[in-house]
Amino acid sequence: MFNPYEIMETIHMLEEEKLDIRTITMGISLWDCAHGDADIMRKKIYDKICNYAQDLVKVADEIQLKYDIPIINKRISVTPLAMIAGACVEEDYVSFAETLDRAAKEVGVDFIGGFSALVHKGYTRGDRKLIASIPEALASTERVCSSVNVATTKAGINMDAVAEMGRVIKKTAELTADRDGIGCSKLVVFANVPEDNPFMAGAFHGPGEGECVVNVGISGPGTVKAALQKVKGQPFDEVAETVKKTAFKITRMGQLVAREAARMLGVPFGIVDLSLAPTPAVGDSVAHILEEMGLECCGTHGTTAALALLNDAVKKGGVMASSHVGGLSGAFIPVSEDAGMIDAVEKGALSLEKLEAMTCVCSVGLDMIAVPGDTPAETISAIIADEVAIGVVNNKTTAVRLIPAPGKDVGDELVFGGLFGRAPVMKVNSYSSKDFIARGGRIPAPLHSLKN
Amino acid sequence: MRGIITVIGMDKIGIIARVSTLLAQSKINILDISQTILGEYFTMMMLVDLENMELSLEEMKEKLNELGEELEVSIKLQHEDIFRSMHRI
Repeated sequence: MFNPYEIMETIHMLEEEKLDIRTITMGISLWDCAHGDADIMRKKIYDKICNYAQDLVKVADEIQLKYDIPIINKRISVTPLAMIAGACVEEDYVSFAETLDRAAKEVGVDFIGGFSALVHKGYTRGDRKLIASIPEALASTERVCSSVNVATTKAGINMDAVAEMGRVIKKTAELTADRDGIGCSKLVVFANVPEDNPFMAGAFHGPGEGECVVNVGISGPGTVKAALQKVKGQPFDEVAETVKKTAFKITRMGQLVAREAARMLGVPFGIVDLSLAPTPAVGDSVAHILEEMGLECCGTHGTTAALALLNDAVKKGGVMASSHVGGLSGAFIPVSEDAGMIDAVEKGALSLEKLEAMTCVCSVGLDMIAVPGDTPAETISAIIADEVAIGVVNNKTTAVRLIPAPGKDVGDELVFGGLFGRAPVMKVNSYSSKDFIARGGRIPAPLHSLKN
Repeated sequence: MRGIITVIGMDKIGIIARVSTLLAQSKINILDISQTILGEYFTMMMLVDLENMELSLEEMKEKLNELGEELEVSIKLQHEDIFRSMHRI
């Protein structure tokens, strides 16, 4: 029999501290759907997704019932579509996004990721067409998520792609201007993108992945904060130990759900992503964990160090709890999805520059940040360039998900609702980066990419 | 399948009696039981065997919920593996 304190601790985590499984994400390979005829290809894609994922929602609901663990999202990730769609001659890939959207709705998942291209070294014809289709694809679909990898430590930074993504983000915002530019919340620009990430909007089923796989993303900032409340004022050694132990328990739950889901669906278990994913709900904030360590407000001096400790301790605790850890695995700092981050921005304690510094020590990057609608495309590209440079040089994943909300300026707020939350518009540097971005070409890979 | 039933709330006469009666009616065998006061709350934990349970898990949880509302306590039924995975290596 279990110790009553252990049982109570688990129940408390689930009931009071909002511990949940953020997502069960099924990765599906679309390689065998490639076809010279676009209509046939779309039919094959739709049929395959509906066939493989038909029981995903049902299985997730059964697991939720059995263990009393909330499972917030059910998602699908597919092979980066640019790789598949390149097989046909069609110029416009919007209809492929619509096919993904229809399949997602048919099987009842919340999101489908993989309207993606990997262009860190160069473009294929398919990549070019896909990226050009992103703004309209995101405006005309609900559940489709898109991502573009523009840099890796091995290949360097594709500055042509960085320049283009600035324009794509602007256009995506314009096409969804009636909904505060929500299209941009489904579009991520990456450096060193992982191939097995279960979290949106950056999930896709990487080219090195198998036929079908189940990945699980956990959550749990509230649980970590509650644990830290018990070690108030104690040295950082104690803080790190406490985070590790909590991360271990959270991850074990994720591992249990992942194994069970894989067994019930009859597909291999892929990875558990250890990321602490916040939600806009009170008590589920990464910023509040940092404040619990002794900072008056997230964003003040000391925030980067606090986040570095948190990110590292989460990994150390989680890695032993799961047989395969992957994805992004760290602490997320999406501004609009974290009540503490939103407060910090509104108080003037947290700036874009500080967020950039924070992304040096955590996953993932400048995430869900609203910027003024009149921010030039070149400035957005330059923000992307800075962020991916951090990823490339530090051998880590970084990403940018900015929303240049049309007609909005500093002081305004965008309201998306649900997991996306609300985003106060943040100030960007008003000096131009136009000539810098206009250069194009590639920034070479750093010296330490030559490890062989 | 083995489950853990937890009952949490203000103490009163007959909680164990009512819960175990419901379990017996549903052909659920109690394997172990412990009761304690944690903080100000009465907490009871039962390890139960659900092999011969006559209802579906969903229906059983619904019945426990109804009883919990009547007794003004929270009653949960969870598969034991969630506790095993979190607290045992």
